[in-house]
Amino acid sequence: MATTATALERLPLRRPNLVTICLKETKYEFLKCLRFPMYSVSTLALPLMFYVLFGLVMGHQSIGNISTAVYLIPAYGTFAVMGASLFGTAAGLASERGLGWLQVKRASPMPLVAYFLAKVVMSLIFSTIDVGALMLLGITFGGVHLAPLTAAKLLGTLVAGSIPFCAMGLGIGYLATPNSAPAVINLFYLPMSFCAGLWMPYQFLPHFVQRIALVLPPYHLSQLAFNVVGAGQGGPMAIHWQTLGGFTLICLGVAWVGHQRDQKANG
Amino acid sequence: MGAAETSKPHASVQGRPESVASFSSVSKNYGKVRALADFSFEVRGGELVALLGPNGAGKTTAIRLLLGLAKPNSGKLSVFGGDPASVETHVRVGAMMQVGRVPETLKVREHVDLFSSYYPNPLPMSETLAIAGLQELKDRRFGALSDGQKQRVLFALSICGNPDLLFLDEPTVGLDVEARHLLWDEIRNLLRRGKTVVLTTHYLEEADALADRIAVINKGRIIAQGSPAEIKSRTAGKKIRCVTELPLDVIRQMKGVAEVAPDRGAVVIQTAKAEGVLRQLLQLDLEVSELEVSSAGLDEAFLALTREDGARA
Repeated sequence: MATTATALERLPLRRPNLVTICLKETKYEFLKCLRFPMYSVSTLALPLMFYVLFGLVMGHQSIGNISTAVYLIPAYGTFAVMGASLFGTAAGLASERGLGWLQVKRASPMPLVAYFLAKVVMSLIFSTIDVGALMLLGITFGGVHLAPLTAAKLLGTLVAGSIPFCAMGLGIGYLATPNSAPAVINLFYLPMSFCAGLWMPYQFLPHFVQRIALVLPPYHLSQLAFNVVGAGQGGPMAIHWQTLGGFTLICLGVAWVGHQRDQKANG
Repeated sequence: MGAAETSKPHASVQGRPESVASFSSVSKNYGKVRALADFSFEVRGGELVALLGPNGAGKTTAIRLLLGLAKPNSGKLSVFGGDPASVETHVRVGAMMQVGRVPETLKVREHVDLFSSYYPNPLPMSETLAIAGLQELKDRRFGALSDGQKQRVLFALSICGNPDLLFLDEPTVGLDVEARHLLWDEIRNLLRRGKTVVLTTHYLEEADALADRIAVINKGRIIAQGSPAEIKSRTAGKKIRCVTELPLDVIRQMKGVAEVAPDRGAVVIQTAKAEGVLRQLLQLDLEVSELEVSSAGLDEAFLALTREDGARA
């Protein structure tokens, strides 16, 4: 019993390496999601399936002066990025918050930032895979020609554009329960995709829907992406970045409130 | 030591190793529910303390406070002389908590690898797996494990950082007898290595098998504490149930009777020594029928301790 004489000595604090923790956390978050078909298959398969159907099989016309196969890459790319980010953050957070796993992690010395960063980076990786697969399909089977720089710009825009949806996912993850989270995500995901003109070109949307589109983040992201391939509505691009930036901040604010609410309820 | 006045010196902790965790007059409410009330308690280095009590007694709240996951409404808490919520404390502490769902698609070794990375001086993976008996299962996904195996993974996560102080919140809940005894052996091994363990349980048997010291908690208060032998001697009562014509007052005056209560046409007698009471009973009433003698269960033990507690106050 006398073997614990060191119990009260304040050992010099040796913090584990934050970078190492973040890398491990991200790696395992990625593996966790990759092995969960409800996430990995559905966020990848749905946009690709749409693309094959409407972009490749039926896509012999053009929209404006752009072929459908090109036009649908930014459109379904936005759709894919949104799905990967919303489900990648909200579903896991709501379940881990509500069913105690986050508590287990918080009882450990894990820095909380690693937990959130892992979810965001994981979503960015999936977004990259999704958009890359869309481009590959278009180039291979749809006769799409994308200059390397254009392709890189398109990929960069869409992947950067997943950040606002990660923020939104964190907000939803903090407000929803483990059971309601998937339903809540779909409640935003599907109607927003339609109204923002991701499934049907913006100019073909009914007038009142066009008006709604203007306040929807996916509309602004899709305009940025369309612009890269020369299919946008035109006008200055800054307003789209600003809208997405503002939206991100609002969502992070909601997540912060949710976090505080959790802290209060638990402790 | 703020909590020193609440605990009697005890034979098994001679030499008084220093306090590694202490509660001093801690109260904690959740809304209107009082989870802990004026709770004072001390955990000393190298001992295993069991917090024993029924569901809702406040055991888990005590653990959550010690982990810094909840803040007390009043009173003072310290772990290793510091703030329970700080990183400095967390790197020296491990916790096995009750959890609804663990990510199921990660393999056992992946869970252990990730948690080990949080600590500055983790155990080697092979050692963690060996202590928790998971070597054979290291490549299994969490979702493919049995309940007992899942508990062992949570146990592995609590020890992988080589902590000095370990909190085990109902570690054997839902385990079969064999798995429970295996985990007990693993916990004893940790004590041999000089670790300090705080364990919550609602099994008297579990506290008895493992603990140096037991604190019985009910409704957020410590109602008794002492060595397992001391606690058992105060709770090892018997219950006699029978149908008799004798008035309750007469029974109550018999030697050794602690408590008498009518129960559906019969009477229930609580006593420390059943034999003596039975002898008197059979002498005074030849017509006694439906006689049953049983050990007082933990419920009765709690009741007895609560009453004793109330009478002393």
